Amino acid sequence: MAVSILHRATGVALSIAGLAILTWWLMALALGPEAYATFSNAAHSPIGLIVLVGLTWSFFQHLLSGIRHLVMDTGAAFELGINKSFAILTIVGSLILTALVWAWFLGLVK
Amino acid sequence: MSIGDSSTPLGKVRGLGSAREGGEHWLTERVTSIALLLLGTWLIASLLLLPGLDPRTLVEWLKSPTAVIPMALLVVVGFKHALDGMKVFIDDYVHEPGTNFAINTLLLFLAVGGAAIALYALAALSFGGSR
Repeated sequence: MAVSILHRATGVALSIAGLAILTWWLMALALGPEAYATFSNAAHSPIGLIVLVGLTWSFFQHLLSGIRHLVMDTGAAFELGINKSFAILTIVGSLILTALVWAWFLGLVK
Repeated sequence: MSIGDSSTPLGKVRGLGSAREGGEHWLTERVTSIALLLLGTWLIASLLLLPGLDPRTLVEWLKSPTAVIPMALLVVVGFKHALDGMKVFIDDYVHEPGTNFAINTLLLFLAVGGAAIALYALAALSFGGSR
């Protein structure tokens, strides 16, 4: 239930903020160093980092709960125990993957 | 068919049923999700493996066909999947037909416009010479 709502919320976040930032990022790269500096400054600001980390988590959460929905589309994993474990797994997995990606980006692991 | 009823059996059932329409939309959403599973993972893995995230490195990376082609696919499939997903979201919560149509049309324009801008940026990076 909660994971289903998370799937929606992260999907909306990725659709609006995610694609807007992806488009801004590509356009900034195409426009040259000055435009990229504006993007880079925004991305490195505290709010920018929170948004980017949030979108990274949204991506992994949406990806993992998306896989869960694809499995359930086949009629599998509707048993209460399996269904709940799978739901919890998507949350644990998305948090671990987000932590790993940002630990790498911030140079904490190499 | 009773006398005086000119509609055909097909005409009577078209647009009826619990779904009415949407089978293709449902399937497209799932097919694009599988494509994005691959393309999204590719983008994150690529960014992690680049030597740096400075603009020079990024531009050089995006000038290569092995990067710009999957990136263009990510843009097109990403906007399509977002549009399909947002339609489900809007259809679930906005029931007044006029408002529903207005919001879905606005989202369609935003998605097509956004994809066009992102693809222009990729084309400029690929063919626009050095900046």
